[in-house]
Amino acid sequence: MNDRLELGSVAVGDELPELAVDVTPTTVVLGALASRDWRPMHHDYKFATERNGVADIFLNTPNQAAWFERYITDWTGPTGRLGRMTFGMKSSVFPGDRMVFRAAVAATTTDDTGCGWVDLQVTLAVGDRVATTCATRIAIPTNDNDNPWQRRGDQWNP
Amino acid sequence: MTDELPAAVTAMIGVPRYEQAATFDVERASTYNTCAATQNGNPIYWDDAMANEITGGPIAPPTTLSLWMRPHYWEPGAAGEQVALKVHFDLKELFGLPEAVMTDNTLILYDPVRPGDRISHHQVLKSVSGPKTTKLGSGRFWVIDIEYHNQLHELVGIESYTGFGYRRTETS
Repeated sequence: MNDRLELGSVAVGDELPELAVDVTPTTVVLGALASRDWRPMHHDYKFATERNGVADIFLNTPNQAAWFERYITDWTGPTGRLGRMTFGMKSSVFPGDRMVFRAAVAATTTDDTGCGWVDLQVTLAVGDRVATTCATRIAIPTNDNDNPWQRRGDQWNP
Repeated sequence: MTDELPAAVTAMIGVPRYEQAATFDVERASTYNTCAATQNGNPIYWDDAMANEITGGPIAPPTTLSLWMRPHYWEPGAAGEQVALKVHFDLKELFGLPEAVMTDNTLILYDPVRPGDRISHHQVLKSVSGPKTTKLGSGRFWVIDIEYHNQLHELVGIESYTGFGYRRTETS
């Protein structure tokens, strides 16, 4: 994890380091239970395959969000503060898949309150297949004295 | 399946429903479970000194927002399985669509959620599409917003889900 990423060191087109994770049944079940998602397609193979008609149990949405958070804040460091994430679920992620997270900087801006923002286009891919897209807006410090986590009320506009 | 929405569905659009407070407080064990499940070593979740310095004390991972309103799988007096996002399941029933998946999800994050907070939320049906057919089957898309507040009535987040309720296409 980076210690602290500041806005001045980020440029449009920058690419984040890849993160690759081999998905196991434990990955899926651990993530579902951690997010209090008890739906059977995330832990019951027979339900997933016979009732839902999919290949196996699969990663649930809140756990994928948590994986995206981990991937992005590994890059920003702990002063990165998520503002907005939009997920597009294209296909499912199953045990046996190797999921690879990639991201590129789409924009950098400073809003009217002085908050520095980075827009990222993030993907979770399995082989050549993009399983999930995640357009993310994250605030990072603009200088040594800035900390986005201290913003509240009208100083925080995600 | 016709384009026209049933009156019961039209009446739901734009109306806050299922205002509900969580039955348990935000607690740190869930933060550790989430971080363990995603191998997240962010020190604001593991190191109190860092949390005090950066986030003004411990917080829950922002992407766990929906976790705090998810019902227990079972609790005394509850009949049957308890489900989150009740409007989603209402729509499945109203349209007679046995299966459903979530296709899109937007999180907008406001004040951090902290251990000890008690979260509440309500759900609002924003829209329902006409009949659609995808590779999963035939059904409809719908958009449901969930607005989350803490016990001080501060907005902590808004979550917007697009769901697709469907009936699997029969294959011969």
